[in-house]
Amino acid sequence: MSANTPYDKVMLARAKGRATAAEYISRIFTDFIELHGDRHFADDTAIVGGVAYLGDMPVTVISMEKGRDTKAKIYRNFGAPNPEGYNKALRLMRQAEKFSRPVVCFVDTAGAFCGLGAEERGQGRAIAQNLAEMITLKTPIVSVFIGEGGSGGALALACADEVWMMENAIYSVISPEGCASILWKDSKKVRAAAQSLRLTAQDMKKLQVAEKVIPEKGTFDACCRTMAKDLRAAFTARMALPKDELVRQRYERFRKYGAQIVPEDF
Amino acid sequence: MDLRGLFKRPANELEKGGRTPAEATAADTFEVKRECPDCGRKIAEIDLPEMYYVCTCGHHFRMNARQRIDHICDEGSFTEMFSELETKDIINFPGYEKKLREARLSSGEEEAVICGTATVLGHKCAMFVMESLFMMGSMGTVVGERVTRLFEYATENGLPVVGFTVSGGARMQEGILSLMQMAKTSGAVKLHSDAGNFYLTVLTDPTTGGVTASFAMLGDVIMAEPGATVGFAGARVIEQTIRKKLPQGFQTAEFLLEHGFIDLITPRSEQKRVISTLLSMHEKKNGGDKA
Ligand SMILES: [Zn+2]
Repeated sequence: MSANTPYDKVMLARAKGRATAAEYISRIFTDFIELHGDRHFADDTAIVGGVAYLGDMPVTVISMEKGRDTKAKIYRNFGAPNPEGYNKALRLMRQAEKFSRPVVCFVDTAGAFCGLGAEERGQGRAIAQNLAEMITLKTPIVSVFIGEGGSGGALALACADEVWMMENAIYSVISPEGCASILWKDSKKVRAAAQSLRLTAQDMKKLQVAEKVIPEKGTFDACCRTMAKDLRAAFTARMALPKDELVRQRYERFRKYGAQIVPEDF
Repeated sequence: MDLRGLFKRPANELEKGGRTPAEATAADTFEVKRECPDCGRKIAEIDLPEMYYVCTCGHHFRMNARQRIDHICDEGSFTEMFSELETKDIINFPGYEKKLREARLSSGEEEAVICGTATVLGHKCAMFVMESLFMMGSMGTVVGERVTRLFEYATENGLPVVGFTVSGGARMQEGILSLMQMAKTSGAVKLHSDAGNFYLTVLTDPTTGGVTASFAMLGDVIMAEPGATVGFAGARVIEQTIRKKLPQGFQTAEFLLEHGFIDLITPRSEQKRVISTLLSMHEKKNGGDKA
């Protein structure tokens, strides 16, 4: 299925019935063991983390889980993490670093949760800390965007060596709805906002924000098999690098996002 | 230039509480007044600089970046850096060029942050000061690049960084590249920190969104101005999410202090002294090695 407009892609990224992180995890890895809690306050159900085998390679898996049915969506807070979710993710990343395990993140969120408690418990600080710590984490990280990549809440699991995007996943500084209402005071301009923000997977490739766009064709099982193979290859290559070099390359990856990136066809 | 001597106001103007615009005379064009939202007092604009833009009741008005530099830095010590970086409409966003032109006119600046080196009561530091008059201090690629270069320069030279934040968040008009500045700046702060350098942030009104969720909250010491709004999500967005009015004092500097997310609240009149003391305590011996 090929979508035409950026707004169609937004709808596809959010579509009911779209595979959530749990379905990727169960197909790509074996022996997934969920590890709960941030060791400070709570266990955020919007973020699922743990350890698993990728083939014979132990890895740390961290995902944003939206849930499939209504009950699950409510339980998962619609995939909108609270600070304790980001703190849990960071705890698991540091654990991965300690045991030299690569980290796979699955990103799928409309954004970090905008609630009273989230502010009281330092949502901004939690995200900031993940950004700073991920950039210098001494183990490889690949982040795969499987649906929505909503702003800082998504970036907090995406300061990675490589960002891969499913063909109909999106990544944006703000939701098209938010952009339309703040900038143009007109909620009907959401299509124009989706177009103007350049939020599709294809745009991410053009802007060098994503290394790979993964086609959504064939069966989901086959797609996951290919992803497992590609993840192994990416990790094997990066595990061979000296850790300082790994971190240097990750820093440079983000360092390049300045005014010098000028794609021809925008 | 100091205009205070040139345009002397009548001594009783403050007590009278000012005239209505209809009665305004030619003299009033030099007598623009600001009304304090806390106590209602009307203060002549020309009196504000020597009051550090603080009302007698303690309310802190917003201050622009150059005024802040004048207030905090030793006279003539500020040397601006990276001002040559030019903002471009990278993703061809509707209306952005016009917005930029308006922002340049209204702020007199080329971007929403000013970077450089300075001394504060004799203590050298790298400094960035954000400008709310430029698109509400939003962070696009040039803001991110200037801040990043400042941290890189400070890391190379073993300098502490003092940063004044004011921002509505990441700049929508540069799309995903604005978001990437959060990661880029946070990385530069982390390398500066890992090298043993000191970073002090001063959160001013308002500091929100992508700046809160990156370099604003990464200081070794986080100071805030009294009453400053500091948060991640906007108040309106939170109210829509929870379908309730927010409690009084939510997302203020005082709220953050109570919840353990900032170190101290320092009124403007005290900032220069406290900043210089902190710089002094973190001064490196033998240039570059950890003391
Ligand atoms: Zn007052």
